[in-house]
Amino acid sequence: MAFDQSPQGPDIVVSGLDKVFGHGEAAVHAITNANLSLERGEFLSLLGPSGCGKTTLLRIIAGLEAPSAGNVQIRDRQVWTAGRRSGEATRPISMMFQEARLFPWYTVAENVALPLRIAGVGRTERMARARRICDTVGLGAFVDHRPGQLSGGMRQRASLARALVTEPQVLLLDEPFGALDAMTRDTLNLELMEVCARARVTTILVTHSITEAAFLSDRVVVLAPRPARIVETIEMPFPRPRDLDLQRTSGFQNMVGRLRKVLTEGAA
Amino acid sequence: MKEKTLRILLPVIAVLLFLIGWSVYVRTSEVSAFVLPAPEQILLALSGMIADPELWYHTRITMTEAVSGFAIAVGLGITLGFVMARVPPVEWAAKPFIVLLQLIPKIALAPLFVLWFGFGLESKIVIAAALAFFPVFSNALQAFKSVDPGDRDVMTMLQANPWQRFVMLDLPTALPVVLTGTEVAVVMAMIGAIVGEFIGGSEGLGYLAVMHLQNLAVPQLFAVIVVLTLVGLALYAVISQLRRWLTPWHVSVIG
Repeated sequence: MAFDQSPQGPDIVVSGLDKVFGHGEAAVHAITNANLSLERGEFLSLLGPSGCGKTTLLRIIAGLEAPSAGNVQIRDRQVWTAGRRSGEATRPISMMFQEARLFPWYTVAENVALPLRIAGVGRTERMARARRICDTVGLGAFVDHRPGQLSGGMRQRASLARALVTEPQVLLLDEPFGALDAMTRDTLNLELMEVCARARVTTILVTHSITEAAFLSDRVVVLAPRPARIVETIEMPFPRPRDLDLQRTSGFQNMVGRLRKVLTEGAA
Repeated sequence: MKEKTLRILLPVIAVLLFLIGWSVYVRTSEVSAFVLPAPEQILLALSGMIADPELWYHTRITMTEAVSGFAIAVGLGITLGFVMARVPPVEWAAKPFIVLLQLIPKIALAPLFVLWFGFGLESKIVIAAALAFFPVFSNALQAFKSVDPGDRDVMTMLQANPWQRFVMLDLPTALPVVLTGTEVAVVMAMIGAIVGEFIGGSEGLGYLAVMHLQNLAVPQLFAVIVVLTLVGLALYAVISQLRRWLTPWHVSVIG
């Protein structure tokens, strides 16, 4: 957008966030006093073992799960007001889930065009835009296929295309490539990084892969389970653009080692 | 012989053998033609009736009743199924009535409906709808309840309004299961219409069957049954075709 009236403050602010599941004796603290702040275009990872509340934290930011206390601000708008999500505040968000979540009754192109259809974009325009973005993620030959005819990697590509078709300002990713083989995962991560950098998308990635977190992020937030909490936030001081060679440097290896140490100490 | 040829040939042979056996049995045994006519007599009666516009008139009446009742059942069943799946308090409140209505043999209500809605088409349509309602409703309720929460999250993140959710997610998810319900419902609607005609009225295939019984025109009675079967088959074929059109992505069509 040429005249982006984006606020000067941070893009995403999470303040004093608490989440308790259940009541009384059975109450489980899923998140304790989480505070985060992301500048526009920043890439942040939530890294931690299962049960550390990282997915819950992301779902609260997305407006899919209500917090017990605290709030989330996206571009100066409150996501939560008295337990109700604000559609206006969450509008700049695109989200990707662990599964591709494509609808089998639509073709790949129709799935990718779905966000535009819901937003009221006419058929001709939205299909043209969907096809264009399918081309850029390497799905050009599959636009008229049904999701069931695609491999897992192709399905996540389509899911990525659907997340990007609205040109979102905020991208929330819940381990979207976790179920894919290492090679496909690397390719998709590189594409993701490229897109986020080019469009200055503010991104939060939930992952349990140390390498992935270190490679993609500007900062990595390490979480620990029982009680679920943020242990430490660590800067990833690697220059951009990054490529896979970075992962072989000693600086990167040292960082991975440090993250692993923080993770194990947090879990202990 | 090829499997494909056998698959066509064997059922034809089986049916022919059955008809021949039937014919031979009727000719050789002591059974009265009033009780069991030979298949060729039925065919003869049928060909006579087909030439008579009266049969077509009664067929049209029964089809109108069954299809109207079926349409009401489908509309009501999908709507109520959706509302109860999305607003649980409605389901809690309606639960005793649903259980009760499901347990009542609905055929037993048929005379009551004739009393309330008269001897015309209306009472038959209501009986057909009453019988066809439950298979659609209970399948729709289950189907709408089993929409994946993860898929609903997708629609939430896309800021879909309730109508968009229904059209783009709930309905397509539920459709294969709802269609299975309609396959049962269409048969039930036919039964409802015919029973209604048995009880009271002066038109329709059910009425025609009763008339032939009273005249002891047994071959004609059998012929009516054949026509009824063909009508049921046609309606069932329409539903199958609908499944192909409406859910071409689903395993029930692909697999």
